[in-house]
Amino acid sequence: MMDVLKPRDAQDVAAAVQWALGQSKTLDVVGAGSKRDLGRPTQTDATLDLSGLIGVTLYEAEELVLSARAGTPLAEIEALLASRNQELAFEPMDYGSLLGAPPGRGTIGGALATNLAGPRRFKAGAARDHFLGVTATSGRGEEFKSGGRVVKNVTGYDLCKLLAGSWGTLAVMTGVTVKTLPRAETEATLLVAGLDDARALEAMATALQSSCDLSGAAHLSRPVAARLPGELGLGQPMTAMRLEGVERSVTHRMTALQTLMRSWGPLLVLDPQQSRSLWTAIRDGIGFAESGPAGGRIVWRISTAPAQGARLGQLLAAKADVELAYDWGGGLVWAALAPAEDAGEAIVRAAVSVCGGHAMLVRAPAALRARVPVFEPQAGPLAALTARVKESFDPNRVLNPGRMWAGV
Amino acid sequence: MQMPELDAGILARRDEVVAALRAIVPGEGVIASERAMKPYESDGLTAYRQLPMVVVLPDSTEQVARVLRYCHQQGIKVVPRGAGTSLSGGALPLGDGVLLGMAKFNRIREIDFNNRVAVVEPGVTNLAVSQAVEHAGFYYAPDPSSQIACTIGGNIAENSGGVHCLKYGMTTNNVLGCEMVLMTGEIVRLGGKHLDASGYDLMGIVTGSEGLLGVVTEITVRILKKPETARAVLIGFASSEDAGTCVGHIIGAGIIPGGMEMMDRLAIDAAEQFVHAGYPLEVEALLIVELDGPQAEVDDLIGRVEAIARQCRAVTVKASGSEQERLLFWAGRKAAFPAVGRISADYYCMDGTIPRAQLPRVLARMRELSASYGLRVANVFHAGDGNLHPLILYDANQPGELERAEAFGAEILKLCVEVGGVLTGEHGVGVEKRDLMETMFTQTDLDQQQRLKCAFDDKGLLNPGKVFPTLHRCAELGRVHVHGGHARFNDLPRF
Repeated sequence: MMDVLKPRDAQDVAAAVQWALGQSKTLDVVGAGSKRDLGRPTQTDATLDLSGLIGVTLYEAEELVLSARAGTPLAEIEALLASRNQELAFEPMDYGSLLGAPPGRGTIGGALATNLAGPRRFKAGAARDHFLGVTATSGRGEEFKSGGRVVKNVTGYDLCKLLAGSWGTLAVMTGVTVKTLPRAETEATLLVAGLDDARALEAMATALQSSCDLSGAAHLSRPVAARLPGELGLGQPMTAMRLEGVERSVTHRMTALQTLMRSWGPLLVLDPQQSRSLWTAIRDGIGFAESGPAGGRIVWRISTAPAQGARLGQLLAAKADVELAYDWGGGLVWAALAPAEDAGEAIVRAAVSVCGGHAMLVRAPAALRARVPVFEPQAGPLAALTARVKESFDPNRVLNPGRMWAGV
Repeated sequence: MQMPELDAGILARRDEVVAALRAIVPGEGVIASERAMKPYESDGLTAYRQLPMVVVLPDSTEQVARVLRYCHQQGIKVVPRGAGTSLSGGALPLGDGVLLGMAKFNRIREIDFNNRVAVVEPGVTNLAVSQAVEHAGFYYAPDPSSQIACTIGGNIAENSGGVHCLKYGMTTNNVLGCEMVLMTGEIVRLGGKHLDASGYDLMGIVTGSEGLLGVVTEITVRILKKPETARAVLIGFASSEDAGTCVGHIIGAGIIPGGMEMMDRLAIDAAEQFVHAGYPLEVEALLIVELDGPQAEVDDLIGRVEAIARQCRAVTVKASGSEQERLLFWAGRKAAFPAVGRISADYYCMDGTIPRAQLPRVLARMRELSASYGLRVANVFHAGDGNLHPLILYDANQPGELERAEAFGAEILKLCVEVGGVLTGEHGVGVEKRDLMETMFTQTDLDQQQRLKCAFDDKGLLNPGKVFPTLHRCAELGRVHVHGGHARFNDLPRF
């Protein structure tokens, strides 16, 4: 029977990793398990369940910092921040509906380990940009720390950046400190209806180069837009641009944005409440929900240069049955492909090699994710460097072996 | 300051090394005469000086790769250098090392407004990036006060900040990609015009690594649309406690100013005498709060900040009424360092960060230290993010004063760590704070950082003697020790 180890504190975590080292065992590092269906499926000897490491240990709103044990539910942290009119500005996406799991289950450690981001990414950054300090146990079974509890710090290497997006393959985080920021006083969204992908991305580029200071710029193709909940669903493609800030500023910029976009297509302004629902839906990929009409599709998440987004979409559409949604002004392309033997990998990687960027296979049956590279494959000196970085933290490959790439 | 032991074998072969480097970088790109190397003997931390064995100024990635490959094969140390403005000695040469100057990498390769990025070479100055895009209303956000001289490559090495980083982030939040040469001469590309890393965030590690991991040869930076307008409020307080409270209340009200700077009385007086910015002289602390954005937003927020200031017992409150007045408010702050330079023969600039609530305690302790060391200290403070720049006034011509100033500085930094802060907010560790690293990190913490260094530089040839107080061989660091701890393990809840 596979062991599930449930540490009560950081010392327990170190003991568990030391045990694994001594017994040549491997560990599956898990918070709430909300992202277990992401990445390559791993086969490990035991599970290290961090859901017992809970609790906010420090929150000083005026200093813009919060520290918590790694297994603390993200929902609990977000509620606490909201009580002080603050938030995690990187707007962590919730993979629940995309993966067919209940929403709202993630932990702060998981959000950081997978470097989550949301529609505000191009303005406010990803989890990495808000990750100030960490205590962790390396794959060597040693507890170490990096960073601190202040928002400005260049003392030593910034290991937080490296642990963000390392999917638990380098170290087990036990405590984290993040930057918190004030929530915008209000928001509003301008919708432009009926644009094709190329025109929509041009419209967004125009708006992003203006002084309107967008905090969201997304385009949903017709089938995806049609699946938005309730009154948000339009019968046609939808291009959405979000403004956030103090009331007077949002009003002023909305007027400027409407003037700028008037000639592009029919416009519609969403009030703050509609705006919030729309961006939550965009953030969480509601149009591709596992339980919805796109449920059987294979989903790729592709980061590219924003101005290449439309071309990337065209390259995919020319070769496959694909539904597309664009976020980050075109820099993030969600592609839902009809099932294919190779998960559409050849087509996706070919398009990415033309347009630049990287692609991750987000949703596919486990057998496919075991066979097809899930993360962008690496080669040459970069692959060797990645292997040496893994080695420097986890030489015996104890932690989440193979979760990102085979052999790492 | 103990630097790595000179390698006599390498020094004995100096002529051979110079000749080999000349074969890679022809013409004036290799500097070997003592007089011509003199300008490279120190950086912005001028208390430390050392002539390098030889200076090399490559002008292509290929040359950088060949120089590093050669040095790797021969076991020769390399110190990379941008404009040499480091305040922590990050570019201090080694007597048996090659100084790799990146000044010839001075071209802006591409400006791409559609993707809102610029692709530049590392020797381009920080300010030149903003100047190259300002015709379209764009700028590059990080603005260290040395921005007229410091280079983007150096900014990557130090993860430079500036007065606007509370709102717009440090270098690490504003770079998307780079081309980098490893010590082996291998070339890797990290990131690009897209967001986020395709694997491990190596760009995030390289940024702020102080030239210990690789030599960057091209950088993709984000450019931002300039805010429509900016206004500043000048607020005087009878105590630094009141000023600190005011900063907390501004942020607590959900306002993140574009810049929020604090000065203490000595700094205010020096600056006012120097540039006549109109600063009030009867106050103990002065805040400059700048709001930027659309006019409607700025006017609204200025009103809110003024109201908060009055609640916090401000003695004087004055909002800029014109762009000239705003610039005048800043002129005093920007001239604070040279202004202090006018009232003292020398000054030593420190750079710690503290949780802002600790400010009164830190300032009080600093006053005590000032009295016991017999040296004055002026304080300039990036108040929004807690980054403190105490300037210790001394006279290098007085025997023992430099050493006293350094000892005073070290006490201040230890104090920053003691109250929950860090040794350096933006200037870097370099040689200056190297031996203080153990006040903040355990040996295990530092060993893990050095293991990461080994992943990039297996022979420890790139900028050794910086950042880490003790150097270990990579092979030694790589050994895995399996500890006991079975008692605790047996006690672990399991299912």
